[in-house]
Amino acid sequence: MADLTSLTLAEARDGLRAKKFSAREIADAHIAAIERARGLNAFVMETPERAQAMAAASDQRIAKGEAGSLEGLPLAIKDLFCTDGVRTTASSKILGNFVPNYESTVTGNLWRDGAVLLGKTNLDEFAMGSSNETSCFGPVQNPWRRKGSNAPLVPGGSSGGSAAAVAAQLCLGATGTDTGGSIRQPAAFTGTVGIKPTYGRCSRWGVVAFASSLDQAGPFARTVRDAAILLRSMSGHDPKDSTSADQPVPDFEAAVGKSIKGRRIGIPKEYRVDNMPAEVEALWRQGAEWLKAAGAELVEISLPHTKYALPAYYIVAPAEASSNLARYDGVRYGLRVEGGDITDMYEQTRSAGFGAEVKRRVLIGTYVLSAGYYDAYYLQAQKVRTLIKRDFEEVFAKGVDAILTPATPSAAFAVGEKAGADPVEMYLNDIFTVTVNMAGLPGIAVPAGIDGAGLPLGLQLIGRPFDEETLFSVGAVIEQAAGRFPPPERWWER
Amino acid sequence: MQSAKKSKLLKGATGEWEVVIGMEIHAQVTSKAKLFSGASTAFGGAPNSHVSLVDAAMPGMLPVINEHCVAQAVRTGLGLKAKINRRSVFDRKNYFYPDLPQGYQISQYKSPVVGEGKVTVDMPDGESFEVGIERLHLEQDAGKSLHDQHPAYSYVDLNRAGVALMEIVTKPDIRSAEDAKAFVSKLRSILRYLGTCDGNMEEGSLRADVNVSVRKPGAGLNTRCEIKNVNSIRFIGQAIESEARRQIEILEEGGAIEQETRLFDAAKGETRAMRSKEEAHDYRYFPDPDLLPLEIDEAFVSSIAATLPELPDEKKARFVKELGLSAYDADVLVSERETAEYFEALAKGRDAKAAANFVINELFGRLNKEGTAIAESPVSAAQAGAILDLVADGTISGKIAKDLIDIVWIEGGDPRAIVEKRGLKQVTDTGAIEKVIDEIIAANPDKVEAAKAKPQAVGWFVGQVMKATGGKANPAAVNELLKKKLGQ
Repeated sequence: MADLTSLTLAEARDGLRAKKFSAREIADAHIAAIERARGLNAFVMETPERAQAMAAASDQRIAKGEAGSLEGLPLAIKDLFCTDGVRTTASSKILGNFVPNYESTVTGNLWRDGAVLLGKTNLDEFAMGSSNETSCFGPVQNPWRRKGSNAPLVPGGSSGGSAAAVAAQLCLGATGTDTGGSIRQPAAFTGTVGIKPTYGRCSRWGVVAFASSLDQAGPFARTVRDAAILLRSMSGHDPKDSTSADQPVPDFEAAVGKSIKGRRIGIPKEYRVDNMPAEVEALWRQGAEWLKAAGAELVEISLPHTKYALPAYYIVAPAEASSNLARYDGVRYGLRVEGGDITDMYEQTRSAGFGAEVKRRVLIGTYVLSAGYYDAYYLQAQKVRTLIKRDFEEVFAKGVDAILTPATPSAAFAVGEKAGADPVEMYLNDIFTVTVNMAGLPGIAVPAGIDGAGLPLGLQLIGRPFDEETLFSVGAVIEQAAGRFPPPERWWER
Repeated sequence: MQSAKKSKLLKGATGEWEVVIGMEIHAQVTSKAKLFSGASTAFGGAPNSHVSLVDAAMPGMLPVINEHCVAQAVRTGLGLKAKINRRSVFDRKNYFYPDLPQGYQISQYKSPVVGEGKVTVDMPDGESFEVGIERLHLEQDAGKSLHDQHPAYSYVDLNRAGVALMEIVTKPDIRSAEDAKAFVSKLRSILRYLGTCDGNMEEGSLRADVNVSVRKPGAGLNTRCEIKNVNSIRFIGQAIESEARRQIEILEEGGAIEQETRLFDAAKGETRAMRSKEEAHDYRYFPDPDLLPLEIDEAFVSSIAATLPELPDEKKARFVKELGLSAYDADVLVSERETAEYFEALAKGRDAKAAANFVINELFGRLNKEGTAIAESPVSAAQAGAILDLVADGTISGKIAKDLIDIVWIEGGDPRAIVEKRGLKQVTDTGAIEKVIDEIIAANPDKVEAAKAKPQAVGWFVGQVMKATGGKANPAAVNELLKKKLGQ
């Protein structure tokens, strides 16, 4: 039998339906692959027994003709989603061995449709990072390496474990969350497809919060079609999340392969940033050419407030985070370090439990919300946010259907390369992605090429609110034109 | 801002001082479920038995607004004749405390659900004053820290955590401890009429933060102190009185008032410092990103307005105008919703003044003596009505009525049947009465002489007749006959 881990999610789904193999066989193949790939550090918790039990149940449902839309398809879950009975850590020491007795709405939706849990994946602590180096479990290694080099590269972040697991064929798909680029940037770094849907498309209930007004769950997969299949299952209105949108969930898969003839694609001039590698610039132009060849109309557009997006993001996100993370206080669950009195206990617990990047953001957030600084920082950032949103609204009002940009300013960088003294260097990774979160829009990263060093590069498409379908249609065109490039060599199995 | 009448001023060594008071009342919303979770709000459950995942601030949990609590806030706003804000915003008030699981309280800071309104307070002396309402907002209550359960640790009970509170903020319109007490009583009465807060201060359903400052009459506002969490109307009065005295003393000695938060020590009857302005928290308020702004439409407000009950002010006016009661009696009868309900049931189809007299003079004394609430009165409005009817149609005398109330109070039963069974009917048969009078006159010739000389002495004869008839003789008939017999 061919390697079941190299199938796409759609192929596996169809094969299961045609009873070419069993859910149990697919699960076992992936369990074995995960075991062999421990060097990647993609998983922080493997759940093989649960996977086998879920797969066995899937086989029964398939036999009875009761298969759900994701029946028997093994997935990896970012360890930010609370999973009933399975340790959930947000890759932070402060959660310790926290085991929720509840299931996040998004993962609950996946299990409802028959998907199988392989394990929980590594991430930057509380999803704060762009390289997966802030995890208390240590960094994840990108399955991709530069040609002729053994230097470990980062998979991007914060959903680095999920991206690496999908790229290394350790699962058929994975969940991620994206607050400023945490799905799209790692997708671009690992040659996978990642979509951050419109804010409100997926419920945030049961997902450990980073920045509530920006956080959004989304899938990773190896093809645009697979991402569409997963997103449909993850989406839907949830009365338990007040910010969840009561919008119908379309059959996203049906959008894959649809003609984009006559669709208007905007190319924002403000995304031509200084020091952008020539290869990234060339790929962006190439992407535009592909879309033009497919019948789309390309228009130069302006999003004038783009340059303020990153600084504003680094006010809004830490502000919300500083408040969201106040509940990790050692009183009810997770880590507690005893102290002389209650204040001492708080300080000891939070000092020991949070890593440096989380502490930095809690401090930034506390500062920008403080009396006397609120107006100058938080309020100002909210105004910028409104302007960014308006930039997009005006462009879409002029008939633009989607916007094409690079996903990241560079290909994957080396572990340790940007973990130096200046955090801004790391923050700049999100320069093309944060605007999308600030405006609440959907954005997809699609692998579009390989750079000279042999590393994947991605392009990003930004869509109208709740028009993920256009992103899947246009994304599929790029995928088609770029051609599927071979997966990374399995050096980790040696 | 109104200035105080002379009688409300406090005397100090350097002359008179005016007290300026503003309040923040925390009223627990009457609701089965909490403000942002489905957990029960029942009082007195075992510790941590009414706690949802949201209340305990488990990772990934999100608040969802309880529409009933919003309706209750709007209802209260309407009852306070206040502006209902169509759009309001929930903010996070950030601070660390073990009984605050989220590390922030969800409250409304810049945009409250209810804006300006007013409360009119009538005093027993017939004077009345108005207290401006600044705003009303919804917020979560915190849990409770228990410090006496373990020698080294504090315990936390989250049953209250997340329960909906309305914070009602007044303008600094109150000028004395008496007025403050009357205001809180009136506000409590309005909330009870509305059914939006049970007003139970013992269980903490109603607490007040009291802001007090003093000034020379006519002078500008002075620095204030805030007395936190005063939980009875009596304590509110005591706290204001002692705090005002403290401030006057400091100012008269040439000192200055430090803006600070103070606590009222009920045992000592005085306030003591809790924290200074410098130690005040920076709460880092910002809009809660988990919640959308609260949008209220016209239809929602008018559907609530349509079910608003008659409130004490309107009820009082109606009692005076339509039932002919005195303002004082009307005030007494409307102060509690249950009293007004009892009175109205009793007065229906009867003489309103007689009904008012019954409630105020007969019922209240007995209820107070036994500490019973009017809703649990052993004599129901129907039974009381039957007694009033028996008096009105001359079946029993007023004196017998009092005895009858006592019998019904203890034994219950139908008053009319009791009168029949025990032969309490009034004797109106003049022959029988005349016979008794004749016997008394015959036995007391000296008294007859005295009564002839001094008409007031006839009272002695009335007493004797009533005594001899066991109080059943019709007093009018007795008086009539005595006048005739004694030749007056």
